[in-house]
Amino acid sequence: MRVVIMGCGRVGSTLAAVLAEGGHEVTILDTNPDAFRRLPRNFRGTAIVGNGIDEGALRRAGIEKADAFVAITQGDNRNVMAAQIAQRIFNVPRVFCRIYDPIRYEMYKELGVETLSSTIVMSQLFHEAILKAPVRRS
Amino acid sequence: MYMIVVGGGKVGLALTQALLASGHEVLCLEIDPHRCGVLTEELGSVVFRGDGCEAATLDEAGAARADVLLAVTGDDEDNLVACQVAKHRFKVGRTIARINNPKNKTIFQLLGVDATVNSTEIIMAQITQELPVHPLVALLSFSGMGLDLVHVEIPPDARVIGQKLSDLSLPSGSTIALIIEADKTVRLATPDLALRGLDEVVAVTHPENEDALREILTSPA
Repeated sequence: MRVVIMGCGRVGSTLAAVLAEGGHEVTILDTNPDAFRRLPRNFRGTAIVGNGIDEGALRRAGIEKADAFVAITQGDNRNVMAAQIAQRIFNVPRVFCRIYDPIRYEMYKELGVETLSSTIVMSQLFHEAILKAPVRRS
Repeated sequence: MYMIVVGGGKVGLALTQALLASGHEVLCLEIDPHRCGVLTEELGSVVFRGDGCEAATLDEAGAARADVLLAVTGDDEDNLVACQVAKHRFKVGRTIARINNPKNKTIFQLLGVDATVNSTEIIMAQITQELPVHPLVALLSFSGMGLDLVHVEIPPDARVIGQKLSDLSLPSGSTIALIIEADKTVRLATPDLALRGLDEVVAVTHPENEDALREILTSPA
């Protein structure tokens, strides 16, 4: 699969490494070249300096032939804008984005943008973990 | 009318002042507390601290009864989201966004923003107008219609000099509206009017035909 990832933070770089390891063709975008230090030394994908809300940068990253696009920068608004560009302008079949803010998350889900809210996911995981954890007494 | 301005930078401040002066009820949202202090000194009690992209802030700001939301921050993605939240959560009738990257116009329209104002293009047009050589300047875009109002100066050696307007074969959808002669006399573009060197032509055209129109009006004889 050809995957374009926008944002080379901890999650973006880990996802890129896992996908590339699995034999997928990965291109990762970040506005800051320093961010690419998070990629593994033997990373086989492509790293491009550019802003994912710029159509030109997305084209350079091969968005037109991408099977999937993931927007995972620190900015909710940047992610959701890039995701909508990928979906509506470039017709990428699978588009996902991260939104921290649960209210914005709900709204964009209603608008048909595939979103994951790490705030909601993490709190659910912690919630389950707390309820399931064996009680330790000293 | 009740209008919410998102972003209290230079544009937001001047816009809020202008809207207040024309008698509207205005609230200016600004995220930065320090900037809010500056704005409150200038504008008084119409400044509200908060993130205009957050539904909770817009709710407190009374977005549900707002007639217009104008998103004028320096970041296109923030302006887009503010407009989308206003539109979809609060059913604001008209959303207007400032865009800084000219390429974003299409995506904003596609995503339901009612109108966009492109600050970069406006500044470019203004500067181009001030340059000694300005073949064709886009003065104004009629949003939603796909038409631009443009301005062309006829060079002294242009092939079209002496031709009547009715004899010109302009690109489809292009119409000459006004001729401003070198002595600043303004004439309506009637079919019998003949073009002269240094005439300034004001025309309406499709953006994709701008090059063809410029070619016809400015190529040398």
